[in-house]
Amino acid sequence: MTKIIYVEHNGNSHSVDVENGLSVMEGAVQNNIPGIDGDCGGGMSCATCHVYVKEEWFDKLEKKLDGEEDMLDQAYEPKKNSRLSCQLTVSDELEGLIVNMPEKQV
Amino acid sequence: MIKTDALIIGAGPTGLFTAHQLKIIGLNCEIVDNLDRAGGQCIELYPDKPIYDIPAIPECTGEELTKNLLDQLKPFNISFHLGERVDELKKNETNWEVKTNRGKTFQTPNVIIAGGVGSFEPRKFSLKECEKFEDKTIFYSIKNKKIFEGKTVSIFGGGDSALDWAVELAKNSKVNLIHRRDEFRGAQATLDKVHELKKSGKIELFTKYQLKTVKGNGNLESIDIEHENKEIKKLETDYVLGFFGLIMQLGPIANWGLNLNKKTVDVDTEKFETNQKGIYAIGDICNYPGKLKLILSGFHEGALAARACFKLARPNEKYRFEFTTSSKKIKERLGVKGD
Repeated sequence: MTKIIYVEHNGNSHSVDVENGLSVMEGAVQNNIPGIDGDCGGGMSCATCHVYVKEEWFDKLEKKLDGEEDMLDQAYEPKKNSRLSCQLTVSDELEGLIVNMPEKQV
Repeated sequence: MIKTDALIIGAGPTGLFTAHQLKIIGLNCEIVDNLDRAGGQCIELYPDKPIYDIPAIPECTGEELTKNLLDQLKPFNISFHLGERVDELKKNETNWEVKTNRGKTFQTPNVIIAGGVGSFEPRKFSLKECEKFEDKTIFYSIKNKKIFEGKTVSIFGGGDSALDWAVELAKNSKVNLIHRRDEFRGAQATLDKVHELKKSGKIELFTKYQLKTVKGNGNLESIDIEHENKEIKKLETDYVLGFFGLIMQLGPIANWGLNLNKKTVDVDTEKFETNQKGIYAIGDICNYPGKLKLILSGFHEGALAARACFKLARPNEKYRFEFTTSSKKIKERLGVKGD
């Protein structure tokens, strides 16, 4: 189990223990965290699990696959530190990861 | 008013195969889809991505799967109502009255919702002010390209639609192409063309920029775009086009009194019927214990929902299960010779 902190756009913060091996998106959906939809179920084809990750975490995260940046073009208000949370696999390394959500997903 | 035994909402793989199942058992059906072509997510989201888990097909793309499903429907005469969204569903004695956004009405005892994650809509600019210009000077799709002739058009986006239109409109307009990063995800050939047009001054390219503000009274006058490093540029422009792909929204389905569970509809696993008699939900949009969002599950769900439709469409007949390999009736419907 690894602690992941999901912060909604309005500042509401949810600290959840997520099983290692799940994606950050699955951790949110399984714990009913509002603000992360994951419509396509993790297929990197919808951009509704979009989150912002602070730069200090970037090195610890898995590198973006080809399709992720393409998909982020279609996300709501993508920024430099945007990620699709379905592409982030939870592991001990990510203990205490904070992900911030955009104002909305669609 | 179109009368039919079953109305299918959604022309994705699940909807298409369900049409096949309905026709096989002798029912007629009509299909409505908000997109202007069949295929649903397969064709919109991943036409070129290989799929590896369709039974008996080791590998195929979303596009090939759609083509094969349409081929399988060839023996039947099925009406597609594409580019139309079902907006209203009303009970009328034993039938459902279904209205589309283009004013078409269907009367049917059976409505099969095979709507995926809802209907596809273009993703729009996040700036609130853009709304008042929408469909006047800000567009998310192009219906009449003549209006842009001799004007300045600012195109946002980095995919094929943005690139294709930039090249096309550069023939008769001044084009600004704006994208949030350096890389484009469109076809290389189009991208080469864009760079060529940039060299000859037909297209101005702004990368790492996003829309910041829109200005104008009634008509659009100018826009500000902001670079990643916060630098702001003002562009005089007559029109703005945004091509950010499609998003899926549940849309009107949410208003039909169905048991919703997040963005899915609860169904039983015998008929795939919702809490409303004669309304079924199949494919990605339905939910039941153990539901898998796989295309093959959608096929199974559609086959069972089709049999359930028979009861309501032919209340005085008894449904008899038959195999396509041996049934004379089915062969007749398929237009193939019997033994």
